[in-house]
Amino acid sequence: MTTASVDNGVNVEHLLGARQALSEAPEAAQFTWKATNEWLNGTHSRSAVDSYHGLGEEHQHRSTFTFEADHPLVFGAEDNAATPVELVLAGLASCLTAGVAAVAQNREIQLRSVKATLEGSMDILGILGGDPDVRNGFKDVKVSYDIDADATADEIKALVAQSQKRSAVYDIITNPTNVTVEVQ
Amino acid sequence: MKTTTVVVGAGHSGLAVSRRLTERSIDHVVIERGEVANSWRTQRWDSLRLLTPNWQSRLPGYDYGAYGGRDPDGFMSMPEVVRFMSDYARLVDAPIRTGTTVTSVRSEGAGYVVDTDQGRWECKTVVLASGGFNMAKVPELGGAPPAPITALSAYQYRNPGGLAPGGVLVVGASATGVQIADEVHRSGRPVTVAVGEHVRMPRLYRGRDILWWMERSGLFDERYDEVDDVVRVRRTPSPQLVGTPERATLDLNALTDQGVRLVGRLAALRGTEALLSGSLANKCELADLKQGRLMDTFDEWAAESRLDEVGPPERFAPTRIPPSPPLKLDLARGEIRTIIWATGFKPDYSWLDVPVLDRKGQIRHDGGVVTGSGGLYVIGLNFLRRRKSSFIHGAGDDSWDLVSHLARHLDSLVAA
Repeated sequence: MTTASVDNGVNVEHLLGARQALSEAPEAAQFTWKATNEWLNGTHSRSAVDSYHGLGEEHQHRSTFTFEADHPLVFGAEDNAATPVELVLAGLASCLTAGVAAVAQNREIQLRSVKATLEGSMDILGILGGDPDVRNGFKDVKVSYDIDADATADEIKALVAQSQKRSAVYDIITNPTNVTVEVQ
Repeated sequence: MKTTTVVVGAGHSGLAVSRRLTERSIDHVVIERGEVANSWRTQRWDSLRLLTPNWQSRLPGYDYGAYGGRDPDGFMSMPEVVRFMSDYARLVDAPIRTGTTVTSVRSEGAGYVVDTDQGRWECKTVVLASGGFNMAKVPELGGAPPAPITALSAYQYRNPGGLAPGGVLVVGASATGVQIADEVHRSGRPVTVAVGEHVRMPRLYRGRDILWWMERSGLFDERYDEVDDVVRVRRTPSPQLVGTPERATLDLNALTDQGVRLVGRLAALRGTEALLSGSLANKCELADLKQGRLMDTFDEWAAESRLDEVGPPERFAPTRIPPSPPLKLDLARGEIRTIIWATGFKPDYSWLDVPVLDRKGQIRHDGGVVTGSGGLYVIGLNFLRRRKSSFIHGAGDDSWDLVSHLARHLDSLVAA
C-alpha cells in the first residue's frame, strides 16, 4: 500500500484497480490512439490529437493538443519546429519518465527530480537514399537518466529498468510493428 | 467403477497426494496414461538432470537417504528420477492404473465422472496432478521459419547429434534455453540465443547451493497469498540453473565465454528474416538487478541468523552484452539450420470438461482449490501455494494442505 508520505503525483490505486478490472473485461482494454496531420508548407506540418477510444467508448482530451514538425536549416528547410525523429525521442522520454514516476510511487520511493537526456544516432545517407545499406531510422538510441530520490543507486536503476519493461514507446521502438498506410 | 478420489497423473505430485490420501484412509485411484513418472521418461532430453540437489529430492515419508543415494550434493539424471519415483510409488503402495488415459473429467451431482480409455470412474473428488508443463508454448510470430530450417520444441529435442550440422537459434534463455544452448554449442554447432525475460542465478553462493539458500532462508516457503502479485510470480521463468557434477553456473556470461552469441528476444518472423527486439540491455539489467536483490535478501538473512558456515558475501559481474546486437537474422543465408523453441511450457487440459479455465486457458484456483467446482483440486503448478510448489520437494506441503481441504470437503458432503 502507498503511504501518505510518498507522493509523486501518480494515482497508483487507479492504475492497479484498472488492471484488475480490465483483466476480467479484456475487451474494454482495447484502446485506439489517434492523431491527424496536415501539411502546412515545405516540410512543415501540424498534427492534432483530440480523442481516443477505450473502455468501450470514445473519449475527448481536455483540449486539442497540436504538435508541429519541420526539418532543420541544414536540410534546406525552415526549422519551424522539431524534426519528427526528435518528437519520437520526446515520446520515448515522456513514456519512460511517466513509468519511473508510477513505479516509484508503487514502490514508495519519493522522487525529487528526474531528468533524462536522449540521443538518437543516425546516418542520414539512409533517408537521402545515398547508401542502400544504411537504414532510415536510428542506429541506436541512448537515454541517460539523472534521478534524485530517496532510494539507493540500485533501487533507482531498478525503477528505470522496470519503466522500460512496461513502456509502450520503448516497446514500439525496440520491436517491429505492422504499419499500413493507405490513400483515400 | 466407484471410488472417493481420482488422482490424475502418477508423477511426484500425484504420488504425494496418494500417500496423503492413504494416510487418511481415503479410497482412491491414481490414473496414469503411461508409467510412473511418465513425462520424466518420455518428454526430456537425454542429458537433463534435475535443477535441485539430491538432498532436496524428498516426498512425504521418503528422501534421498531412504532412496539409498550417496551423493547428496549431486543432481539426478532422468533414469535416476524415474527410479526414485518408481521406488516411492512402491513404498507408498499407490493404487495406480498405468496405461490409462483420461478422456474426460466432468462434474455430476456433488461429484465427478472421470472417463478413461479403460472405463469410467465415478467419484466425489478429483485431484489434477497431470503437471503444468505438458505442452511446449511456441509464440505466434506471424510466420514459419523458411525451409530448410528445422524448428523443434524442447520436448522434441533429445541431443545435439539429432540436429543438422550448422548454426542453431535457441529461442529463450530460461533453464531449458541455456542448458540446450550450452550442450549444442559444445557439439560444434554455433549457437545464437534470443534472450527475453529471464532469471539469473549462480549455482553456488557463498559456497552453498543457491537452492540451499532458497530453502534455508524461507524463500521457498513463501506463500501465494503473501506475495504482491501472484499472477506475475506464477509466470516467472525458471532460473538459469543446471545440475552438473561441477556445480557450474550457467548464466549468459558463461555462455558468452564459450562463444555463444546473445541477441534480443525473437519478436517476429517476416519472410526469411527473424526480427529481434532491441531490448537485450534492459532484459539483462532487470535480471542482474533482481539477482542482486536476491543476494541482498540472503545476506541479510545470513547476518540475522549469525550463520558462520558460509563464505563471505559475493557480487557477480553484470551480464556482458555485445555493443550492438543484431536486430535481424537472415534465415535464408544458411547460417542457422535449426531453431529450438525454449519458450516455456503449458498444461494440457483438453480433457477437462469442467468450466474452470480462464480466457488464457489456465485453471482458476485458490492455492490449488479449484474455483467454482467443489471437490476439484490441482497440484504441481508454478507457485501453486508456495514458491517451491513446482519443485519435487514442494509436493510435500502442498499435498498435505490440499488433502486436508479435500477431507473437509468430504466431511461436508456427509454432513449435508
